[in-house]
Amino acid sequence: MSKILVFVEENDGNLKRSSNEALSAASKFGSEVIAIAVNANDSVADAAANYGANKTLNASHDLLENYSSVAVAKVIAQAAKSENANSIFLSANSAGKELAPRVAVHLEAGYIADCVDFEDEGGLVASKPVYAGKALIKTKVNTNVGVYSLRPNVFTSTENKQSANLESFSPDLSDSDFSVVVKEVKKSEGKIDVAEASAIVSGGRGLKEAANFNLVEDLASSLNAAVGASRAVVDAGWRPHSEQVGQTGKTVSPNLYVAVGISGAVQHLAGMSSSKVIFAINKDKDAPIFKVADYGIVGDAFDIVPKVIDKIKALG
Amino acid sequence: MNVLVCVSRVPDTAARVKVGEDGKNIDENGVKFIVNPYDEFALETGIRLKESAGANVTALVVGPDTAQDVLRTAYAMGVDKAILVKNDNGNSDSYSVAEDIAAVAKELNSDLVIMGRQSIDYDSFSKSSMVGAMLDKPSISVVSKLEINDGKVLAERDIEGGKETIESSLPCVISVQKGIYDPRYPKLPDIMKAKKKPIDIKESVNSGVKTEVLSMGIPQTSRVGKIVGDSESEINEIIDALHKDAKVI
Repeated sequence: MSKILVFVEENDGNLKRSSNEALSAASKFGSEVIAIAVNANDSVADAAANYGANKTLNASHDLLENYSSVAVAKVIAQAAKSENANSIFLSANSAGKELAPRVAVHLEAGYIADCVDFEDEGGLVASKPVYAGKALIKTKVNTNVGVYSLRPNVFTSTENKQSANLESFSPDLSDSDFSVVVKEVKKSEGKIDVAEASAIVSGGRGLKEAANFNLVEDLASSLNAAVGASRAVVDAGWRPHSEQVGQTGKTVSPNLYVAVGISGAVQHLAGMSSSKVIFAINKDKDAPIFKVADYGIVGDAFDIVPKVIDKIKALG
Repeated sequence: MNVLVCVSRVPDTAARVKVGEDGKNIDENGVKFIVNPYDEFALETGIRLKESAGANVTALVVGPDTAQDVLRTAYAMGVDKAILVKNDNGNSDSYSVAEDIAAVAKELNSDLVIMGRQSIDYDSFSKSSMVGAMLDKPSISVVSKLEINDGKVLAERDIEGGKETIESSLPCVISVQKGIYDPRYPKLPDIMKAKKKPIDIKESVNSGVKTEVLSMGIPQTSRVGKIVGDSESEINEIIDALHKDAKVI
């Protein structure tokens, strides 16, 4: 029977969607699920119980007023030890990808990053994309404890109400664990990040110049989608690197990926081909993007995109 | 300041991937290998610290003998020293490589260890955090802007929907990404000189792998593949299908 410790993060009083996904996966593959939150409100226990946590640990320490990855990784590892957890789940988001490898070192445990599926073969066997999704491996840890980060947007978050059970957790931390701290956070107002978005509209060189990206932005806003970009337009300085989708940008798996004026270089396809539905608009009928597309329109994006937006708006 | 830059050798991003005979690794036949693109940003960052602050920069590869070519590139770009820790592929994971990096960092008394945010083969984004934890030092991953003043590191990194600025003491381990500095192209005379420079070869000291690959496959997705022209009715047909069949809009 396996006990899974899940690191959860709050966002405006609720858990982040990525945390709910990790809790849901843990409920599916573990026999007991324990959530660990850091400096959270007591309501975190209800929120975590809704998605399957049998118990929630809320770590509190005066020093944890400041966020330090060194300290939070120690908190998670100490909780894993005190609970005798077999597996530790974190979301493979920007915080989780930084914390999970440190947790693994503290526990001398194998670490599998960016898991997209699990099977229970007596121990967990994880599926993980490699070479930006050009291949997929099945892999397992050969240590008693395993640390796993879960790719956002892949595991379904399913409500699975348990009775809330809150325990406070007092980690052993010292000033030296806070020699690295977050000084400032700048949020880009109203923007959805490609790595978290359930829909993405990306533009490529077919748009001819930076100013024409307003077409992509308009289509994205009609779909409540994030804006993405190909490497070519990021290299040309039209768009920031944070929007780049592909092997040297972000690997994404949204429900809907719309590619506008993107021909589909191997390294771009690698980053988006695990999207659930792909819709491409391109003037070249032989463009590689159409080989991975579910739906495609061959033609001039400047004519087609406004018509697509009108039609989407008409759907209400 | 001692700077250690970790570099890896990976298949070209344009390479198509085929599964090898063992069913666990890729078939390397005919695959072109390159310096991991993110590690080029790490090399450039290290060399800028040499130019601006007189840092002593060592490039390190953990891998097989064939990985020496990436150290030649590192020399051509301007590092002072190069080390290869011998470790055959197929018998390593992020943990074992991180152990070898940490051992070298300790031996060299590195103040700053820099690497790319990920190797574009296993895409784990894990080694900077692992090396940091093994050295009991801070780590900052996916850094796109870096300042070092008075023994403190100020780094900017991308987070979901924004950026955060992190302050850390030295020694510290960072992973960098595109946006930090554009890597320089080595000049021909430097490429020629790099061929003659010494590479210090060390044996691996890692405690063994902690993960095991069971199998590798190529993902097969079946796509609807409905590609149409740009008439009004065809556009309507596609949007209707996205709405009614795929249910994504």
